[in-house]
Amino acid sequence: MFGTVLACWLSTPLLLGVATPDQTWLNTRSYWLLGVVLAVLAGAYVVGRLLRKQPEGTVHPALARAFNERIRAWWMMAAILVAGCLLGYHATVFLFFLVSFWALREFITMTPTRRSDHRTLFWVFFVIAPAHYVLVGMGEQYYQVYSTMIPVFGWFALPARIAFSGDAKRFLERSAKILAGLIICVYALSYAPALLDLTLEVRTEGGELTPWTGSRAGLLFYFVLLVQLSDVLQYAWGKLIGRHVIAPNINASRTWEGFCGGVASTTVFGVLLYWVTPFGVWGSACMAMVVAVMGFAGGMTMSAIKRDRGVKDYGTLIQGHAGVLDRIDSICFAAPVFFHLAPLISRIA
Amino acid sequence: MNVTANVLALIAKLLSGATVRWVDCQPDTCQRVYFANHTSHLDALVLWSSLPKNVRVRTRPVAAKDYWEKGWVRRYMAKNFNVLLIDRQKIKVHQSPVELMIREIRDEYSLIVFPEGARNVGEEMAEFKSGLYYLGKKRPDLELVPVYIDNMNRVLPRGEFLPVPLLSCITIGPPMWLETGEPKFEFLQRAREAVRRLKDI
Repeated sequence: MFGTVLACWLSTPLLLGVATPDQTWLNTRSYWLLGVVLAVLAGAYVVGRLLRKQPEGTVHPALARAFNERIRAWWMMAAILVAGCLLGYHATVFLFFLVSFWALREFITMTPTRRSDHRTLFWVFFVIAPAHYVLVGMGEQYYQVYSTMIPVFGWFALPARIAFSGDAKRFLERSAKILAGLIICVYALSYAPALLDLTLEVRTEGGELTPWTGSRAGLLFYFVLLVQLSDVLQYAWGKLIGRHVIAPNINASRTWEGFCGGVASTTVFGVLLYWVTPFGVWGSACMAMVVAVMGFAGGMTMSAIKRDRGVKDYGTLIQGHAGVLDRIDSICFAAPVFFHLAPLISRIA
Repeated sequence: MNVTANVLALIAKLLSGATVRWVDCQPDTCQRVYFANHTSHLDALVLWSSLPKNVRVRTRPVAAKDYWEKGWVRRYMAKNFNVLLIDRQKIKVHQSPVELMIREIRDEYSLIVFPEGARNVGEEMAEFKSGLYYLGKKRPDLELVPVYIDNMNRVLPRGEFLPVPLLSCITIGPPMWLETGEPKFEFLQRAREAVRRLKDI
């Protein structure tokens, strides 16, 4: 982690020169948001330490461990976002690439592939995933290319490469699994850093469209914060008043009460945080709701994949690894939707 | 210990994403024979890299001469990993691999061996060859430590030269010894079972 940050820092002079100068990178509002979130995280860290030190019997040890793991994951996320905010667009894209790469490692490790898929996987890890992030890093004018490369060209190229290996056994299943890994871990996640180079327009008093001059980094932070909040709120509501489990065979802890409560309270947070966004109060509420629903959908989908493979968490898949995919599944599902809705909502609201 | 070896060890660790678990066993510089299942060319390097540095400098992987002497890259790597090369083609009675190993390790080095002989293609581990038994018989003081390497065959399968960075796991189990009067076949079965048991821990 430290090495990554150092490498980014060293390459900053090169990268900052390319960063778009006409948009505000960070402003007072985004600094406020960052400050508040870091303060809350510091508070949560102290609570976590206290939980761990409680005498036995008062707090369930599994609960305390889960809490502390989550706090650690948030610190990591905050570190990545803060480093990205300080270092600029390209550095953020690079950090997200590293997260994607690790998530893809976890996904493919869990997914059974055959010997004959080895070379296809080499392409996936060392050509397609980096190439996709390079295109994202080149900015919005390459949107047409990076938004189609994996779902259109990859969709045809990868099964063909698998066919060339001459192994027909479970062919469709293998292609589908590798493509699903690419779409979820690489393609979908890359829409989060792509937010940083997205043209957004807002309506002025007179009803004319003008480019939004707010902080893009603040918007990314707003997005990640809402997804994480919706995760936690859904969990909390489910624990408090959860009665009706949605699909016991997929995930026994996700309930209708948790879902509705989580979406509603995330929407409230969306309203509270509208000042970071180009959306206005109603637009921000609407975006928060969409993010919460998509995050929930992501969590359910990944749970289904895990149950199918018979693993509980990607973290326990191989002992001792922190499950990156467990933490980012909701971000992966919400990011493309947020990216594509943002220009529409900012124009309306 | 030179810089190259450390860098190579780091690359091997990054590439294999290996988690190392010590189960009922602690890293120690005492003389040991680590014996593991064998599914990939990277096994020896990754297992060696996953040992703590002070143990690593006193540990030599045993590997086939015909593979590791081919080309300067492999030769260079073998030299840096302090590999003990065994000539599989010229095995003679008075120059047996076990004799060579015992002569080379003196009372200083530990060994990494793969008793299956060749890399295993099938799902199940192959039967162990008898070298481990003779090592235990001639040097009863050596701790025999079973190691299970998981998922490495997907990182670099047989016949491939480009690795794919999946996550693998190395489990190091409790040491065992050759019991007095234990027959060869039974000991090898017991050793194989010790490795296999680590898979499910």
